[in-house]
Amino acid sequence: MRKVRLKTPITDEDLEGLELGDAVYLDGIVYTGREGVYNRAIGEGIKPPVDLKALTNVTFHCSPAAAVRPDGTYNIGAVTATASFRFAKWLTEWFELSGVKIIMGKGGMSEEDYRKYFVPNKAIYLTTVGYGTGALLGRGITRVKDVLWLDELGIAQAIWVLEVENFGPFLVESDLQGNSLFERENRRTQPMVAKSFEGLKEPALKRYGETTSREDEVV
Amino acid sequence: MIRKDKILEAGKEIMSRAAIEIPRDYKDGIQQMVEEEEEELSRFVLQSMLENWDAAEEDRRAMCADTGVPRYFVKAGNEAQVEGGFVALEHMLRKATAEATYEIPLRPNRVHPLTRHDNNNNVGINAPEIEFTFEPDADWIDITSVHKGGLFGSDYRMLFPGDGVDGIKKFFLDVLYEFGRRGLACQPAIMGVGLGGSKDISMTLGKQAACLRTVGEANPDPEIAALEAELKEMGNNIGMGPMGFVGKSMVIDCHIEVGYTHTGGMPMSVHSFCLSSRRATARLHADGGIEYRTDPQWFTPYMRRDTIDWSTSETARAAG
Repeated sequence: MRKVRLKTPITDEDLEGLELGDAVYLDGIVYTGREGVYNRAIGEGIKPPVDLKALTNVTFHCSPAAAVRPDGTYNIGAVTATASFRFAKWLTEWFELSGVKIIMGKGGMSEEDYRKYFVPNKAIYLTTVGYGTGALLGRGITRVKDVLWLDELGIAQAIWVLEVENFGPFLVESDLQGNSLFERENRRTQPMVAKSFEGLKEPALKRYGETTSREDEVV
Repeated sequence: MIRKDKILEAGKEIMSRAAIEIPRDYKDGIQQMVEEEEEELSRFVLQSMLENWDAAEEDRRAMCADTGVPRYFVKAGNEAQVEGGFVALEHMLRKATAEATYEIPLRPNRVHPLTRHDNNNNVGINAPEIEFTFEPDADWIDITSVHKGGLFGSDYRMLFPGDGVDGIKKFFLDVLYEFGRRGLACQPAIMGVGLGGSKDISMTLGKQAACLRTVGEANPDPEIAALEAELKEMGNNIGMGPMGFVGKSMVIDCHIEVGYTHTGGMPMSVHSFCLSSRRATARLHADGGIEYRTDPQWFTPYMRRDTIDWSTSETARAAG
């Protein structure tokens, strides 16, 4: 497996050589953002208190296990991603507002979403690994640079601006052409999965609206 | 008399242990899976998790930042006396949750479902959940803290007797596959299956089977144990591994718990515990002593009794 280290801000050239399944580690600045941020910045149209484009071009669907000390400093423990598929509907406006080149999170999005939103912006998606490497990622944070909208959104939903070093591992889930590692793996596992269901009879009671094809995905 | 301050102390300690220290039975199981996994990407995921657990213990930081929805399982000896009564015990566990959330720190995950208001301490209406059971011939109290993610990997279905074991297998595979793609359930995981009971109890039993039994432990009923082994074997042979990558590391163990159910039905629930399976137990004694462990020992012979009375020698042995 290839291991790649990238420094923010990310350039187009940085992303050109990346292949699905490469392990990526980051240095520089990343900030967190999830439904609270999207709702406020896009749904309610409230401008973030700083120019996100000037900050960096890497964002992370996550929130840290963190506490704010009485003196206003931060105790940051682990960092783990949240599932990204829920945020696709905000992407057009989000790319315009933030100019991000890398979005990191859990579980990726669909190839359709990558082609619609990521490819025109020359951006890629990195997935966290196992979704539980929170301690390793926590270790990669050298400093909390800022926390935006903390009072408005709370610890779990605020924008945490983080200085990071050797921050990872992440895996390249989408490339510049909009291919998805997860969808590639889905296609590869399909025959074996189909075989494991063979011979099992259907339950008597169907579920209303139940999908009947295992080709379908829930995300 | 078990003192209130001891309950607070133990409550905070098990919150910290659950968040930071991967239980030995689980880690050993994953280590064995790494040796058997042949696919590179799947191996990379498992290897990263092992490194992550080392980092968590070295740095004393939570192994996963989604510290789940912290909750407690309390088993009270029938002779146990608590200072201030059980209301005081609940109060201390709520306090422990809030203080541990700040001190460890944990992510304040608990919000009001409609307003999304966050008290920033994992305490709120009906949170943390505290479930109680009892144990004869004992004067201790066991408190188990479980931190489990809350979004994916669990489902419920009303099956019927005619659906048989095929119905059980198919629903198990359905859940595994639905939430296994892209690794939404954070597998490999301990899978818990609740069979029977009322609908809500079917969910409860499955959740407890996933979170309160250890890797390698079989149900004492040989017929149920055989089904556990079969489901585990099936789950590891669907061609899918961690994160939905090609592989075979999917089910680290499968636990089934049953409850007598309506004669016309066979309700079933399936639950996936996390890749970071977070549980820790404290036993509080009347003399102020506290012992910590990672095996909740929740499903005692008394819990699984199936007649009006129970075997007192068996329960006495289990109560230590």
